[in-house]
Amino acid sequence: MKQTTKLSTISRRHALAMLGAAGAAVLTGVPAYADGAAVAAKIKGLTGGKSVGEGAITLDLPEIAENGNAVKVAFSIDSPMTADNYVKAVHVMADGNPTPDVASFNFTPAMGACSASTRMRLAKTQNIVVLAEMNDGSFKQAQATVKVTIGGCGG
Amino acid sequence: MRLAVMITMALSLAAGAAFAKTPYHDGTAEVIKPTDKNHPLGEVVSGYDFRKAMIRDVQDDDFANPAMLVADHGEELWDAVDGSAGKSLSQVFEGCAEVPLNVVGSVYPRYHNAAGKVISLEQVINMCRETAMGAKPYKWESRDMLGITAYIRMQSRGSRVNVAVDGPAAAAFERGKELYYTRVGQLDMSCAHCHEDNYGNYIRADMLSQGNINGFPLYRLKWNGVGSTHRRFRGCMKNIRATPLPYGHEDYVALELYTAWRGNGLKVETPAYRN
Amino acid sequence: MAKIKPRVKVPKSAAAGDIVEIKALISHPMHTGRAKDKKGNKIPRKIINKFVASFEGQDVFTANFEPAVSANPYIAFPFKASKSGAFTFTWVEDGGAEYTASKKMTVA
Repeated sequence: MKQTTKLSTISRRHALAMLGAAGAAVLTGVPAYADGAAVAAKIKGLTGGKSVGEGAITLDLPEIAENGNAVKVAFSIDSPMTADNYVKAVHVMADGNPTPDVASFNFTPAMGACSASTRMRLAKTQNIVVLAEMNDGSFKQAQATVKVTIGGCGG
Repeated sequence: MRLAVMITMALSLAAGAAFAKTPYHDGTAEVIKPTDKNHPLGEVVSGYDFRKAMIRDVQDDDFANPAMLVADHGEELWDAVDGSAGKSLSQVFEGCAEVPLNVVGSVYPRYHNAAGKVISLEQVINMCRETAMGAKPYKWESRDMLGITAYIRMQSRGSRVNVAVDGPAAAAFERGKELYYTRVGQLDMSCAHCHEDNYGNYIRADMLSQGNINGFPLYRLKWNGVGSTHRRFRGCMKNIRATPLPYGHEDYVALELYTAWRGNGLKVETPAYRN
Repeated sequence: MAKIKPRVKVPKSAAAGDIVEIKALISHPMHTGRAKDKKGNKIPRKIINKFVASFEGQDVFTANFEPAVSANPYIAFPFKASKSGAFTFTWVEDGGAEYTASKKMTVA
């Protein structure tokens, strides 16, 4: 913001030089992002290396997010949610943010159903992984990609 | 530089519409036919209908829309006694605004008899605080001002924008119109280049709307918070490398009046939610 | 966002056996610890790291938030109505501050 305000009072050549400098700063100052490996390591830690099944998890994520500051992430999991058969915890992870963790949720049979919805920050286009832990110690996961578009208009 | 910008724009405009899933593009938007014969467009569409479902769904749910947190704050201020007269805004506001509360949100900016000029809702509120309440004015972009303007405009939510631009408001309207079409900044662009000539097209990855202001103050993801129309004007001006005017500047009030008029007939959506 | 205020939706009444949806928002900047202020100083991390919903004193749902959760965090989740009672919602901030809200639900 500050920089663009300044630009309006200086010459174009100057402005271009400054933009170039800013570009270089961006290149050297790239923060480290998590990646698929970080998410895989995270999952391994949570599951203790157990095999993870597919299915039962329905994800509700936008294909394209018009801004990465608040992207809907919602899921529902088929489960009777009774005292002997319920989803204990759900972990939401992302492989393109500075760290893979987004949020985790603890469920109880009193809820009667297993779902949740929240909003997350996504630094760029990336994969979202949802890992569910059942009360019997088994795991399931689901994954989807969200494209994050970089806007043309600041302000 | 300008040439490069125009080329970039042209490229992205061409590539754009391919992944547009918005009500404006699929024909489900509410399209208003302007009744004023001087209106430059044949169709008037809210910014809401240029957004994808992820954004619209949040605005549609008052318990998902974070702008409501600010409107709630405004509701508290509305009834709170403040200032040397021992009064709350709720006790004095209608007298200050010169129109009923449930109409204010659809008719401001408006020519104000006591002020003798066209003023914005923010200016009515501060006038009221200083003269009728004996309280300090709010800063334009403060949480208090955003809260109270959001709360007041919400009282008109669902009714149609209907600002008057004739009679004593005509001079401000003409000034606003002139500003709307004046090229400014290093990119040498006017409001019309984006919001009249290119609405419905992409500028890079952003879908351009008609720039209607029927949802302000609104929550913007870019801001991670609620902002006023004048903040949006300042943002647009920074984007085109122009020097923004201060909040509440006479020219911004005129531009606000003119922009509101372009959206006459749209529903008040305050507090809206945008990217 | 100076004031930290919650906003919660719980249906006032429900039929026994119904699964109702509860929605909760709170005003909070969710500082990640990565952003800088206008002077270039790092803004220290300060987020709401935990949300707990309890019904009649019993914890029923917990959300653990990381810095990747958006400003003004939002959470929606289901609950099976079985008897009338009161919910308490607690948001825990880094440093230990807590913010709470309560709502009653009548079950017929």
